Amino acid sequence: MNFDLTPDQKLLESTVASFVKKESPVTRFRALREDPVGYSKSLWKTMAELGWIGLAFPESAGGLGGSFVDVAILLEQFGAGLLPEPYVASVLSAGTAILRAGSAEQHEAFLAPLLAGDTSLALAWAERGGRYDPTWVETAATKKGDDYVLQGEKIFVQNGHAADVIVVSARTAGAPGDSDGISLFVLPRETEGLRITPVKTMDGQRAAMIKLDGVIVPGASRLGPEGAAAPVLDEIMDLGAAAACAEGLGVMRAALAMTVDYLKTREQFGMKIGTFQALQHRAVDMFIRTELAKSTSILASIKVSDPDPAARRFAVSAAKVELAICGRYVTQQAIQLHGGIGITDEHDIGLYFKRMHVLNALFGDEEHHLARFAAQPAF
Amino acid sequence: MDLSFTPEQIAFRDEVRAWIREAMPPRIREKADVDGHFEHDEIMEWHRILYAKGWVAPHWPAEWGGAGLDVTRRFILTEELELAGAPALSPFGLTMVGPLILQFGSDAQRRRFLPKILAGEEVWCQGYSEPNAGSDLASLKLSAEPDGKGNYILNGQKTWTTYAQYADWIFVLARTDKTAKKQSGISFFLVDMKTPGVTARPTLTIAGTPAFCDTFFENVVVPAENLVGPLHGGWTLAKALLGHERTYIAAVGLSTRTLRRVKRIAAATKEKGVPLIDVPAWRARIARMEIELWALKMANYRAIASAELGHAPGAESSILKIRGSEIMQQMYELAMDLMGHDSLSWHNEPGTIPEAEASIPPQFNYARAASIYGGSNEIQKNVIAKAILGLPS
Repeated sequence: MNFDLTPDQKLLESTVASFVKKESPVTRFRALREDPVGYSKSLWKTMAELGWIGLAFPESAGGLGGSFVDVAILLEQFGAGLLPEPYVASVLSAGTAILRAGSAEQHEAFLAPLLAGDTSLALAWAERGGRYDPTWVETAATKKGDDYVLQGEKIFVQNGHAADVIVVSARTAGAPGDSDGISLFVLPRETEGLRITPVKTMDGQRAAMIKLDGVIVPGASRLGPEGAAAPVLDEIMDLGAAAACAEGLGVMRAALAMTVDYLKTREQFGMKIGTFQALQHRAVDMFIRTELAKSTSILASIKVSDPDPAARRFAVSAAKVELAICGRYVTQQAIQLHGGIGITDEHDIGLYFKRMHVLNALFGDEEHHLARFAAQPAF
Repeated sequence: MDLSFTPEQIAFRDEVRAWIREAMPPRIREKADVDGHFEHDEIMEWHRILYAKGWVAPHWPAEWGGAGLDVTRRFILTEELELAGAPALSPFGLTMVGPLILQFGSDAQRRRFLPKILAGEEVWCQGYSEPNAGSDLASLKLSAEPDGKGNYILNGQKTWTTYAQYADWIFVLARTDKTAKKQSGISFFLVDMKTPGVTARPTLTIAGTPAFCDTFFENVVVPAENLVGPLHGGWTLAKALLGHERTYIAAVGLSTRTLRRVKRIAAATKEKGVPLIDVPAWRARIARMEIELWALKMANYRAIASAELGHAPGAESSILKIRGSEIMQQMYELAMDLMGHDSLSWHNEPGTIPEAEASIPPQFNYARAASIYGGSNEIQKNVIAKAILGLPS
């Protein structure tokens, strides 16, 4: 076994870390909370120029052919700096959908501008009745001549408020919960009948509620064969969950570092509060949880690319549950050890607590992944 | 042992319930049903309704306008109000400074301040913590110097002065003797917020609402008649305040109500067509939460029964504070988990997520304060270790 990063990966890590520190201090994110887009399109372009958007895309699609471990290195640093650019929504979710299911023409039309940093994307998959199951698709795609008519509703679409292009899952056959009969359609934002309502999310970012009200899309906008998108969505759910684990690790490490720093400087009863053994032990527990989340996140980062979906599911669900347990503990205790100042909006520690909740609630929460873990045939 | 309420106590509970249904204005009722956030004017409206009924200060002696209720009835009243989702009244006048003025104030102070607290004509806030005096409250630095003309001049800063932006008065602990041992040089003053030099600056909490304030004092002139209790004797008052009405601190009523909301959300939220309340894993988690709440509730009843027998409330109130805050936090966490994607919603337009869920995300955030305010849970554990277990310090 070898858990060490390669020299190239170490270089990537330090490059991203100093980029985040320099280009995206938390003060930038604070200011962007008031912005209707919530991130910077010029920084997005810079990230593309650095090769990060195409990092894990194959060279045939214009990418660098990197692995998910490389992506996880990016995401951990993004998490530490609360960088709000829509990497997971654009690249791992919608980008993967187009890459896996799309034709060469569709790659050229939608991936090329994404990799250049000229556009951002969103994947509209979640519906209120389905919680975290991407096969629970009530949205209907009814064939009408060469076109489809889309009718339905998607909730909390990440980057849906700002994406130039939105990939939508809709049912061309079968009933909600069926794996067969789900198709993906790629829709420019301006498409008639696409009703996008921006919403704020707890972490200071934004998303969209999307209504599809008799949206007419040409057959050529379908990604891949009709009704066969479930395996692609399944893979994207795992990529998203593994991404949440990597980003969450960065959140935890930053929260731990801030807390340890606070324990070393804050004085009460005439001494640094870090001298109190009860608080030292708490910080140690936070550290232990962070190490455990890191361990399972590494496992997920490696296994998420496994061609065997069962191997993928085992590692990703384990890591997502561990993230929920550890991430919650670390960010809650980070607030507790900061005391009253931790409850104010002006202190950064609360931002990490909020981001951690959002990461827990995206791509399957603790209960979802516990159930999925326990449902494996080999369990 | 007798764990039941008497028929008279049950009749009182029914009376309270019926009255609340009757008395609550429709606008407040609508918010109470979905546990919405009450604005200051709505809280004060409800204050005045309770005042008119004579129930606004159940724990005050009858001669000063209290309800003349025994401990158990007071608990029943409080619990029913919480269960109904009624606006939580500002505690700073009614449960904090009011009882202190009763116990330590002069007759003149009682006559001047108590009726207006009761009627809701004057709103109070608390000036205890300072940026460098939190858990170590006795290290506070707000200075109060006599000016030789019968006044004290206050200079310094208080923090976490919750809702100071609405307050007419603030009660503060200030340092009147810098040479004495830190607990011995503190005095307790009442300060009119309109006095020149007092500035309250509201700050946002992590719930996204402006509950906190920093309050600054710059050469604030306070007449000596606003000193409560003996000069340099303020620490005794500070400690007495902590002992007041600790049976309410467990927030059993609030958590019972949140449990009811949890069950409602679990029944209304479906996964693949099945309500979550029928999914065994969720059911077990809700059941575990309810059992933890029952344990807290019984511990709270034991504390009340003991108080009714005339025992002074002791360190066991620290148990209630610790578990009460933890259970409240876990209850909101459970509600958030049940909500799934809806739990991401943050101060959006009504209708973005079901109305019954809309206030949960900010409450989930603000609940983190419950294990910090009123003496952090770490401080409470110190109290139990020393006062109950007798561990050496």
